[in-house]
This record gives sequence, structure tokens and C-alpha cells, in this order.
Amino acid sequence: MLKKIIYISVLTLLCLSCSNEDMGYQPTPKSLNIPQLFSDNIITPVIPTNNPQTTEGIALGKKLFFDNILSANGTQACASCHSPQNAFTDNTPTSDGIDGVFGTRNSMPLFNLAWNYNERFNWDGLALSLERQALEPVENPIELHSNWTNVIERLQNHPEYPELFRLAFKTNTITKELTTKAIAQFERTLISANSKFDNYSLGQTSLTPQELNGLDIFLREDKGDCFHCHGNPNNPLWTDNDFHNNGLDATFSDLGLGTVTGDPNDNGKFKSPSLRNLAFTAPYMHDGRFETLDEVINHYSEGLQNSSTIDPLMKQIDQGGVQLSDQDKADLKAFLLSLSDPSFINNPEFQD
Amino acid sequence: MKNLFPFLILAVSLMTCSEDNDDNLNPEISTTFTFTHNWDGAIVSNTNFNAIQYTNANGELLSIERLRYVISDIKFTSNNNEMTELDVYNLVDVTNANNLSFTPETTIPAGSYTVSFTFGLDNEDNSENYLDLNSESFNVPDMLGGGYHYMQFDGKFINSSATEQGFNYHAIRATDNPGMNPTFPQDTFFTVNLGIIEITNDINIEIEMNIAEWFKNPNLWDLNVLNQMLMPNSLAQIMMYENGQNVFSLGDVIQ
Repeated sequence: MLKKIIYISVLTLLCLSCSNEDMGYQPTPKSLNIPQLFSDNIITPVIPTNNPQTTEGIALGKKLFFDNILSANGTQACASCHSPQNAFTDNTPTSDGIDGVFGTRNSMPLFNLAWNYNERFNWDGLALSLERQALEPVENPIELHSNWTNVIERLQNHPEYPELFRLAFKTNTITKELTTKAIAQFERTLISANSKFDNYSLGQTSLTPQELNGLDIFLREDKGDCFHCHGNPNNPLWTDNDFHNNGLDATFSDLGLGTVTGDPNDNGKFKSPSLRNLAFTAPYMHDGRFETLDEVINHYSEGLQNSSTIDPLMKQIDQGGVQLSDQDKADLKAFLLSLSDPSFINNPEFQD
Repeated sequence: MKNLFPFLILAVSLMTCSEDNDDNLNPEISTTFTFTHNWDGAIVSNTNFNAIQYTNANGELLSIERLRYVISDIKFTSNNNEMTELDVYNLVDVTNANNLSFTPETTIPAGSYTVSFTFGLDNEDNSENYLDLNSESFNVPDMLGGGYHYMQFDGKFINSSATEQGFNYHAIRATDNPGMNPTFPQDTFFTVNLGIIEITNDINIEIEMNIAEWFKNPNLWDLNVLNQMLMPNSLAQIMMYENGQNVFSLGDVIQ
């Protein structure tokens, strides 16, 4: 009889413990706050099925993004080169890492990343997901110059992180994969869709005649013809997220996409950056060679350099470009600046 | 009476079989359209892109760097002129080898059909808001009538100065008076008739595009004259429309 009671008790306890596991803690799902302009015009963002957005994952990712703990000497974080005030880039042509060594590429601004449908990140498309993108800078010797083994050890021994990882991922065993998953979750929340032009598109404000003329130049194939690579009012991303050689150089010191694919036809091609938030993201181009927007416009107007891989969308190359008048340039610049979104850089949810 | 029983069962069985046979005569058929591309018979895929290797009818050497186009409104017209129209569209992206095969969700009964589709989008469809085409930045600016490109075909050619030069053979709805109130001289989408196809089972229909035809007939295309900024050029758009009539043909049919 006693044996029977013990047996039943053990079985009951086992069932109870199973039941506790089933009813156990789950991170809180948190869907992206998709702007109306996006849901009305473009397809849904890319959220990996193995890294759904959660309140706890985003909070952890944000803490990690701003935390110097990812760098070898504790002096830099992701945010050091991706500052909210600069639409998550910085204000130097290229960025210096923890040892004061500058890299060769301009830090890319970070926003609307979940709408990068081809999931190729970086100027050269090297990183094939946002999660994978976040792996590399930690160990890059001219960036955070750390190594993941040390970073994981520091995180694991930290008074807060093990619990934050448990809340985000139901385990307090920290890995680099979980670390970059959390960072990617935070980065996907960096959504910018409240520029003057966005509000114009929603019928909530009007553009000046100069901005409207700038839009016309942007869209006209016989003027700026910017829209084939940088989108249009029906594509609020203002980029095609594709790779082009936009005539910066006749010969290449940086092969860009060609380095990644190994295809010489891709040499000199770099990702089209979004034209949102240009007011905050100078200097421009993959190497930050242009300090001002005027220099960028002058490049397309008179400064094109021919090469074998220059995009066929580039026009009048023998004359250096599309030959805009000074007034056209000023109007185009006014329109481009209407795509900047001050509420994005001041959003308290995106600050340290 | 007892003797009748087996006959009754047999009769019922035969009737049932007969019904099945009727069903089999009109099964719902799945159609798949496969898009292939050639230059006067030589197969073209994205692996052939970027090299100046094709000669057009006007004698210009050229390369293909980007090619994507929309087909829509696939129609099946039976012998008694009953038409099944599939209100669908497909962006064929040769550059990235996307959507080279397209299977509409709607199935059709077996039968003999004249099969056709629209190159581009008719004016009604072209005024819709397609989220996937917007995401591909395939739009045409509003001052040029809005809507979408029918085709984006970019490449380079050797011009009369023996220099490589870009061309953008972009087909859209022909437009005059660009601006707030553009006008439309004529429609430039067109119907491609693939002829009569006997459809008996799930079927794969190959649609071939001879890219060289865009430069050939009836308008001998001179890339030295017509190379870029062709979207606001309604005469060039109408020439593309005319040359497009002979671009597509029926390839292999497998069922």
C-alpha cells in the first residue's frame, strides 16, 4: 500500500512539474510599430522566425547597443559609431575603433532595417542578416577589437545580464548568437517615418514650391533621375536596397560588393543608402568623401567618373553627369532635406 | 428477386464509375508559366549579363545589365469563346532570377484554349497600388502618369564614338505633357497571344522572350539616337510597343 502511495505521489509530482514547465515564463511578444505610410505602400518587414520581437529582447538589445562591455577595453559601444543624434551613424568620414585606428568605410545610419528585403547589410552586402551583421564589429581589430569568448564571459559574470538574457530568451546561458539576436531586435525598432515629406504624403502638411520643384527634379528622367535607385513617394524607404556603382571613381581602391561576390562585374558597387535623415548623416558615400549634400549633388551633376561597372542608369557620363542648374541643385537639396525626421533622432526610446 | 441483387449492385457501381470518369474529363488544371529569354535563339540568363556580346539589328554591340518586366491578366479562351481571365500579375526579374516561373492560384478545367496575357499592366491595373511592386521601386512618377514600369531593361552599348555608353530601355504607358495633367497618346501595354493549347493535365507553358526583337521590327532601333531618358519620350514608347509585338512566343508545353 505504502509503495502504491509513493508511486502515485511521485507520478503526481512529475505531472505537476511538467505542468509548471508548460505554464512557464514566456517573453512578451512585441510587434513592430509599422507606420501607416509603410503598411499602405510596401510589403511587411522581415522578422526572422527564430528571433521574434519581444519586449524583453528589445530592452536587452538596447542595453547591449549602448554598453561599452562589448569592446575589449570597455571604451566603445555600438552607439559610439552609431549615435542616435546622427540617425545612428557618426559625423566623421570613417570611424575610429578602440585603438584610435580609422577604418575605410563610413558608418552606416541605422533605421528601417527590417524593410531591407534582400537582407544584405553593410555597404558591400557582406552580412546576410541583421543578426549576423552584429557579430563582426565586436571582433574587428579596428572597431571594438574584442573577442566573443571574452565578451560572453564578461556578460555572464555581470550582475544584471544573466537575468536579462533569461527574461529575453528563457536561458541565462549567454551566447554570442543570443547577444546579436537581442541587438537585432532593438535595431529593428529603429523606425523613421515622420519626416516633413511623410506628413505631406499623409496629407497633413504641404511642401514649399522649392521642395516640390526639387521632387520634380528628383523624379524626372531628364533631370536628376534619382528615383530609379532611391525610390519614390510610393516607396517610403527612399532606397532600392540594391548595389550600384554610382561613378565615384575611375579605378577602385575598395571593390565593395565585388569583394564579397568575387565577381568583377560587382567591383565598385555599394549599397544605395536611404535618403532619409540626410540632415543628420553627413559626411556621405561609403567612404564619407563628401562633407556636404551640395558636394553629393555636384557629383551627380558634374563629377561622374566612368568605369567598366558604372551603372547604366548614370547619365551623360561624358559630361560628368546630369548637368543641373544652380537653381535645380538648390531645389533638389530642399526636397532631400524634407526627408529628414527630427522626431527619429530625438525619440526617447532610442536614447541611452 | 434475389438474382436481381448482384445486377443492381453492378449497375450502381457502373454509374459511380461513370460519374468518376465525367469528373476526370473536367479536372481542375494547374497552370505554370515559365519565362525564358534568348537573343535570336541563344539562351540568355543573368549569367550572360554585363558582357558586351550581343549585336542588335542596327549593328550595335551591347550588354544586358538589368532586365525585369511585368506580365498580367492571363486569359484562357475556349473554342466557344468562353473566357477565363486570371486577374494576376508577375514581375519577372531576370537579373535576380526571381519569378521566372509563375503558377497562378486559380485552376482551370481541361480543354482547348487560346492562351494570352498582357505585357505590362492595362490602364485599370496600372492605376492600382501594388505593395510588392512599390517595394521593388518599379513605379513611374506621377508626372509621367504614375503606375508602374512595364519593363526595365538596362545595359551598355558601343556608341558611334567607340565608347561604352548606358542605355535604359524602359517601357511604360506612353505619356505626353508631363506634369500635373499628363495626356496619353495611345496605350502601350499589349496582348501576347500564345495560340491554341490543348490542356489536359497540370501544365507548364514556356513563354520565350527574344530580347533582340525589341530592337528589330518594325522599328530598327538606333541606340545612338534612343538610349536614355526614354520614359518621357512618347514616340519612343510607341516604338517599343510596336517592336514588342514580336518579342514573345510560345515555347515548350509540358503536361
